Amino acid sequence: MGYVLKKEAFDQVIRELGKTYRIYAPVVKTGEGRFTDVDVVRYDFVGSAEEIELDKKSDYAFKELLTPLSETLFYFTENAVKEADKDPREALVFLRSCDLHAVKRLDQIYLANGREQDPFYKRVRDQLHFVLIGCAGSFDNCFCVDMGTNRSESGYVFSVDRSGEDYFCDVKEDAFRALFAAEGAEADVTPRYVTENPVHVSVPETVPVSIYKHELWDEYTARCINCGRCNFVCPTCTCYTMQDVFYTDNGRVGERRRVGASCMVDGYTNVAGGGQYRRTNGERMRFKVLHKIHDFRKRFGYDMCVGCGRCDDVCPEYISFSACINKVEKAVREEAADHE
Amino acid sequence: MDVNMKKLKKNAFRNSKVRGETASRIRIPGGVINAKSMAKIAEIAENYGNGTIFVTNRQGVELPGIKMEDIPVVNLALQEIIDDSGVNQEERGQGYPAAGTRNVAACPGARLCPFGCYDTTAFARKMDKAIFPNNLHFKVAFTGCSNDCAKVRMNDFGIIGMTEPQYDKDRCVGCEQCVKYCQKRSVGALSMVNGKVVRDTDLCIGCGVCVAYCPTRAWTRSKEHYFRLVLLGRTGKQNPRLAEDFIKWADEESILKIVKNAYAYVEEYIDPNAIEGKEHVGYIVDRTGFDEFAKWVMEGVELPEKAEVTSRIYWGGKRYDRSNNLK
Repeated sequence: MGYVLKKEAFDQVIRELGKTYRIYAPVVKTGEGRFTDVDVVRYDFVGSAEEIELDKKSDYAFKELLTPLSETLFYFTENAVKEADKDPREALVFLRSCDLHAVKRLDQIYLANGREQDPFYKRVRDQLHFVLIGCAGSFDNCFCVDMGTNRSESGYVFSVDRSGEDYFCDVKEDAFRALFAAEGAEADVTPRYVTENPVHVSVPETVPVSIYKHELWDEYTARCINCGRCNFVCPTCTCYTMQDVFYTDNGRVGERRRVGASCMVDGYTNVAGGGQYRRTNGERMRFKVLHKIHDFRKRFGYDMCVGCGRCDDVCPEYISFSACINKVEKAVREEAADHE
Repeated sequence: MDVNMKKLKKNAFRNSKVRGETASRIRIPGGVINAKSMAKIAEIAENYGNGTIFVTNRQGVELPGIKMEDIPVVNLALQEIIDDSGVNQEERGQGYPAAGTRNVAACPGARLCPFGCYDTTAFARKMDKAIFPNNLHFKVAFTGCSNDCAKVRMNDFGIIGMTEPQYDKDRCVGCEQCVKYCQKRSVGALSMVNGKVVRDTDLCIGCGVCVAYCPTRAWTRSKEHYFRLVLLGRTGKQNPRLAEDFIKWADEESILKIVKNAYAYVEEYIDPNAIEGKEHVGYIVDRTGFDEFAKWVMEGVELPEKAEVTSRIYWGGKRYDRSNNLK
């Protein structure tokens, strides 16, 4: 069932929902961008509809709630361990279709990859409900259509599309209907979605092992500065590392922290004895790209990359992930032709 | 030919080797000029000069080969450029009213440069508005960060942009890139303690390199723009030297006031026999002592709490008036 709400009515809905839920949404952080007097759009908890950025693509993804950049998992001292407290309230997460598809990838890694589920992930995940932000058009570097993530027909409690002063909401969850019915008029609402991106990718169906040694990766050894920004903005990157920290005043007390990790950044493949599996940035790029468009699919049957293009948006060296996919596809085609 | 050279020079025209010729000096405060004005400059150079444009070290331009008798018509032609650049003028159509206080220069700053900590051009223009026209020989320059691409340390007043890095430890993954880049591109003020970054607030020069390289927005810039004010650097024959730090974490308003105050100080203490009324501020300070200078320039200045002021400055540099010996 759909509803059309005026601005004030939508504000009211958000205020009402805020009494029960924490609301996590893209927010413009004024002056908090990389450069002087430049804003950044990233996720935070909001108290009003006004704060929610509905028009821009967020620079950083919603995943920071599910897999925080830095999270204390538990505290330890002598024989005792205490799990860190969590906000017990449920949360509504505003995100776009590509990101909603990314949730499936995160769930796959943390909940359905082997016998164990990750309890720290699960306890947050169980609290989340998603609100779909419709896309009136493609943003820079988006390639969701080719990745098949441009549309979401389920998985959200309601959707929101703003058109002028009107908010169009497709309410999926019965429990939310009364609230919308009280504030808006019933209407047929289909969340807007993109059907065409200027950027296209051809993901190769299979990748021969010979691609691992292909010279196409050399370019990235020269261009990439291994800053890992592509990983930290990616809605599907799930890697983390652990920090066991012992408090300096009392070395018998400490905490275990889980922090985000990046397969591009130095240290990721370091092993005991000083070994490092992927030294060059080209090798790291190869690992990342093939993981997103090949290796993950080999294991789970679908691609990890959702085509949000944030990695392209953030790269200081203007390295394009989508362009790399196409380079891989071309190399695969050429290798196949050579073998015929 | 009867030409008042004193008047000509104060009208921003130059003494030329070529008898009867002069060069028009055009101010470009903050180093930014609209393309339309640049086209007009080219037109004047073609019509009245020798068809060339000299780009000066202080980001102005000079049009050589202008006949002295064309000065009035060149001044009329300059009006469009003066209006467009917003430079203070005393009488329309009469060209620039002074040349002593030099063009206020600036690096590209935050309009273009990823490391710029503020809009250098905007501040330079504001400064130009506050101090120009004036016949006293003042050099003021603005640079966006401690790289000092504008070489403000060769000026009487150099303004260097600063940001106070803000650290959100909950967004920090301990990738150590800020530590690495601070070490390699700046002063090495960051270190890792228990997986998080600690900033040595004494050592930190506020360059913002950590912010530029942080992949997660754990480091962000302070909402306030801060400045380091460096004083009385100079080139020249007697005692060339770099400017020394006077205040760090200063604010815009204080800096404007300090530079304006310095004019009153110079008027009081300038050598009455200075040739063409031109004496570098620094040499006057060498005579009166720094404390007297500081007393005058700090008159009515209320620095923000964060600002740190040096108690007394000692400059270095070669003293050619004492020795030209290389041994």
